[in-house]
Amino acid sequence: MELVTPSIGLVVWSTLSFLILMFLLTKFAWKPITAALKEREESIEGALKQAEAAREQMQLLKNDNERLLNEARAERDRLLKEASEMKDQILAKAKNDAKSEGDKMIAAAKDAIEREKLNAMNELKSQVAILSIDMAEKVLRKQLADRGQQEAFVNENLKSISLN
Amino acid sequence: MNPLTTRFSAKKTLFSAVFFVTFLLLNNVANAQHEHDHATEPVAAMVEQSDSSIKTEAVAHDAHATGVEEKFNTSEVIMEHIADAHDWHLWGHTSIHLPVILYTNKGFEFFSSGKFDHGHATHQGSHYNYRIVKNPGEQKENIKVVDAAGNIDETATASVIDFSITKNIASLLLSVILLLVIFIGIANGYKKRGIGAPKGLGSWLEPIILFVRDDIARPNLGENYARFMPYLLTVFFFIWMNNVLGLVPFFPGGANVTGNIAVTMVLAVATFIITNLNGTKTYWSHVFTPHVPKWLYPLLIPVEIIGLFTKPFALMIRLFANITAGHILVLSLICLIFIFKSIAVAGVSVPFVVFISVIEMLVAFIQAFIFTILSAVYISMALEKPHHEGEHH
Repeated sequence: MELVTPSIGLVVWSTLSFLILMFLLTKFAWKPITAALKEREESIEGALKQAEAAREQMQLLKNDNERLLNEARAERDRLLKEASEMKDQILAKAKNDAKSEGDKMIAAAKDAIEREKLNAMNELKSQVAILSIDMAEKVLRKQLADRGQQEAFVNENLKSISLN
Repeated sequence: MNPLTTRFSAKKTLFSAVFFVTFLLLNNVANAQHEHDHATEPVAAMVEQSDSSIKTEAVAHDAHATGVEEKFNTSEVIMEHIADAHDWHLWGHTSIHLPVILYTNKGFEFFSSGKFDHGHATHQGSHYNYRIVKNPGEQKENIKVVDAAGNIDETATASVIDFSITKNIASLLLSVILLLVIFIGIANGYKKRGIGAPKGLGSWLEPIILFVRDDIARPNLGENYARFMPYLLTVFFFIWMNNVLGLVPFFPGGANVTGNIAVTMVLAVATFIITNLNGTKTYWSHVFTPHVPKWLYPLLIPVEIIGLFTKPFALMIRLFANITAGHILVLSLICLIFIFKSIAVAGVSVPFVVFISVIEMLVAFIQAFIFTILSAVYISMALEKPHHEGEHH
C-alpha cells in the first residue's frame, strides 16, 4: 500500500518547512503575540486592582467625610446651644439688673416722698400750733377784757389749785 | 536599528518571497491545450483517462454525448486525487508543472515536470533518462529511470531519490507562506496597537490563539505551558490551515497534505521528540522500573517501550485517516455522477457533498485540536514530577 508509505522527499521537505515555519513564527509571531496578550491581561488585571483600590480609597474618603461632617454638625449644635444659653443668661442678668435698679429707684423715691411728707406734716403741725396759739391768745384777750371777769377767772383757777 | 525599520524590512522580505514563489509557479504553467493521442501506449492512456476524470458535470456530459465510453474506474480516480503528483492540475488540460529534483548516485537533477508531458514523454536528464510511470494497481506516479529503448531500469531507479516539489509540497509551502503572512501580520498589529483590542484578522484568530493557550496548553502543562506554546500553536495552525486548504476543491487548495502519511509522520515525530527530550526521571522510571513485581519486568518493560511509540503512531494514523477519509467520501459522492452516467444524480450527490464538506470543515478544526491537545497531554506526561509513595497505581 503506497498510500501508507511515506515518501522520503515529502518527509524531508515537510520537516524542513515545518521547522522553518516554527522558527519564523516563534520569532516573529508567537513571541510578540503571546507577550502582547500577556501584557494586556496584566494591564487589565492591574486596572481592575487599581479600580478596587480606588474604590476602597473612595470608601475611606467617604467615611472620613461623613465623620468630619458629623463632627462639624455636632460642633455647630454645641455652638448654637452655647449661644442660646449665653443669650438666656444675658437676658436674665439684664432683667435682674433692671429690676434691682428699678427697685432701688422706687425705694429712693419712696424715702423721698416719706421725708417730704414728714416735713410737710411737721410744718403743718407747727403752723397749726402757731394758729392755735394765736387763736387762743385772741380768745383769751377777748374774754379777759374786763377786770371782773379776770378776777373771777383767777379765783376760779385759784380754787382748783391746792397749795400743798 | 530602530524597530520600525526591522518590521518594515521583515514585511518587505516576506512579500517578495510570496511574489517570488507565485512567479515561479505561474511561470511553469504550461497551457497544454494540445491534442492528446489517445492510443499511443497504455501508460499514456491511463494518464489520459485520469485527466479526463475532471470532476465537472460538463465534461461528463460531453463524454457521454460524444459517445466516448471508457470504463470508469472509481477507486483509481479517487486514489489519484488523494495521492501526490508532480503536476498541479488546474482545469482541463492545464496544469502547473512543478520542479522535479532528483538525487541520483551521479548527482542532482533539476528539471520541470512539464518535460514528462503528463507521462507521454521521456526526459533525457544529465545522468539518466526518466519517465513517469504508474504501476498497475498503484495510483501514485513514480519517476523511473528508463533506457534508450524505453524499458524501466529498476536497479538505477532504486538509486534515485525523488526530492521533487510535488503538489503536496507546493501546497505545504503555500500554507507555510499563508501562515507566515497571517500571523506576522497579526503580530505587527499588536506592535502597532500595543495592548489595545485586536482588529481584522487578529480579532478573529486571537480567540483561537487564546483557546490553544487556555484550553490546550495550560490545563495540561500547567506552569510549564509557555515553553511549549510555540510548538503547540504552530502545529495547531499548520494542521488546521492544511486541512482547510485540502477542502478547497480548486487551485490553491485541493492537495491532500494532512491526509498524507509522510506529513503526519513528521508532525508525530516532532511530538515524539519533544516529549522524550523533556522526559523527567519519573517519566523514565515509569518505563524502565514500573511499579509492579520484579518478575513482571520482562513483560512490562517492552510494553512500556512500545507504548512510547504507539502514542505518536496513533497521532500519525488518526490525522492521516481522518483527512483522507473525508477526501474519499467527497470524491466518492462526486463519482456517483460518473458511475450512474446521469447528471440527475448530481441533484442528490451535490447536496451530500456540501453537507459532508461542512462536516469536514468541523473535522478540520477538530483534528487540529485533537492532535495539539494529545501532543500537550503526551508532553505533560513526560514532565511528570515525582509523586509520593503510595499514590502509585
